[in-house]
Amino acid sequence: MSNISTKVNIAGVELKNPVMTASGTFGSGKEYSEFVDLNQLGAVVVKGVANIPWKGNESPRVAETYGGMLNSVGLQNPGVHAFIKEDIPFLRQFDTKIVVNIAGRSVEDYCEVAEALSHADIDMIELNISCPNVKEGCVSFGVNPLTVEDVTREVKKYCKQPLIVKLSPNVADIGEIAKGAEAGGADAISLINTLLGMAIDIHKRKPVLANIMGGLSGPAIKPVAVRMVYQVAQAVKVPIIGMGGISNGDDAVEFMLAGASAVAVGTANFFNPRATMDVKEGIEDYMKKYNIHNVKELVGNITYI
Amino acid sequence: MSNWSNATIIENKEITPGIYEILLSAKEVAELAKPGQFINIYSSSEAQLLPRPISICEINKEEGVLTLVYAVVGKGTKRLSNMTPKETINIMGPLGNGFDIKTEVEESIIVGGGVGVPPLLELVKQLGGRKIAYLGFRSDIFLVEEFEKYCSKVYIATEDGSVGFKGNVVELMNDTNPAGNQIYSCGPKPMLRAVNEWAEEKSIPTQLSFEERMACGIGACLVCTCKTQKEHEPDWENRRVCKDGPVFLGDEVVWDV
Repeated sequence: MSNISTKVNIAGVELKNPVMTASGTFGSGKEYSEFVDLNQLGAVVVKGVANIPWKGNESPRVAETYGGMLNSVGLQNPGVHAFIKEDIPFLRQFDTKIVVNIAGRSVEDYCEVAEALSHADIDMIELNISCPNVKEGCVSFGVNPLTVEDVTREVKKYCKQPLIVKLSPNVADIGEIAKGAEAGGADAISLINTLLGMAIDIHKRKPVLANIMGGLSGPAIKPVAVRMVYQVAQAVKVPIIGMGGISNGDDAVEFMLAGASAVAVGTANFFNPRATMDVKEGIEDYMKKYNIHNVKELVGNITYI
Repeated sequence: MSNWSNATIIENKEITPGIYEILLSAKEVAELAKPGQFINIYSSSEAQLLPRPISICEINKEEGVLTLVYAVVGKGTKRLSNMTPKETINIMGPLGNGFDIKTEVEESIIVGGGVGVPPLLELVKQLGGRKIAYLGFRSDIFLVEEFEKYCSKVYIATEDGSVGFKGNVVELMNDTNPAGNQIYSCGPKPMLRAVNEWAEEKSIPTQLSFEERMACGIGACLVCTCKTQKEHEPDWENRRVCKDGPVFLGDEVVWDV
């Protein structure tokens, strides 16, 4: 055990292991701290925050689907100022890195949040241009390489911390989008956000979600996510944080082999509150089994024949 | 504080068509549980992954036993209904805030609808004073005899009139005009709203327990919401049914926005 190293480095920030939480699935860590030792996590990525409080979408906001779920929360959040006051002091009690996911309806909104966080005691910012559940802003910035580049460049001006850009899978060419983020100055790229989906209640003959469509997550989307991480790894040089259906160590290793330097656990937290720990331990088990001393050796390390 | 552990099934039987009663040996959870709280039952399936939030019907702290009464509504609850004694399930609980038992109240009115009836049973067992219950069902009734043990009067309404009053519980309340100082209610949202309107006219405070689709059950995912009035602002906010509820005060709930 002692001779394996699980440390990874994302844009100059050293994580004790590659396991992060996916934004929106872990709150600000408080709820899960009863079941998970947050000190054991590489980083906690908190629920998206905007410049002002957002109420989110109408209920129902969730639909269970085969091997996953749809959500249409719509980035309900208390606003960045409440977040700085209440959540950062809580998270700082733990020896883990803090990544703050930021949401906005306009470039100015994003910049305002980044500026508000510039003096906050956090380690990284994750720019959310990929939420499918908010009509204005968000994903509309994330589907065109040029707008991705522009919004990344603008927000970067206000960031004191490294900037991760979180990409949407609801695009034709994920590699081009990633290049846009890199050109705009992204220090890292995370993907995938949820896939746009829909469910209909056949007995009531109406959409299950009040918002009609929502974001699909969970094990059902994993092959799509692995493919996109692989494509992005071919397209850019910045480190990648891979996510989409990761529930155990084997899943995480698959993402790292596809090219991710770190991974995030999302929907699995809902059906297994200790999922992050299972992933962490599973990666270590894999390393021991295959005699891998440094977890970095896994990144993009696949052969084709 | 909640506990995440395995529970052993003691009994799991259909008590009326589509409605099951399950007894779980779950000492740690029973120790902490209060009326109106719920537990998450985790899935063993890789197809339906999410835990099922099910309210606690009875708490036996001495023997460490929880009784739940649930409706089979989908694949997850269907699978649960097929489980047999001695099998174990993974549960977390107690979750949510239960009812705030008003010990000083002399007369309480209990109003339940459908699967909103079970969580009120432990409440009437623990509640002092005079208790009148209004229980509404679609057609088949359940738990009525249990309520009769603890309440001075139990009124029954069924949608098809097969038992008791034909109609809904609020129509029955209008007919019988009960007196009381506090209402506790659990059921579908339209029923809670009608109960609250009935109570508002008579200036009786209400505690309403909401049913919502959930994912995490512990307040992280924000998919289960109830609109409530903000404390110091003329605005409303979405609060979490699982963590801030499932019981909300009738006068803080915002119905029309």
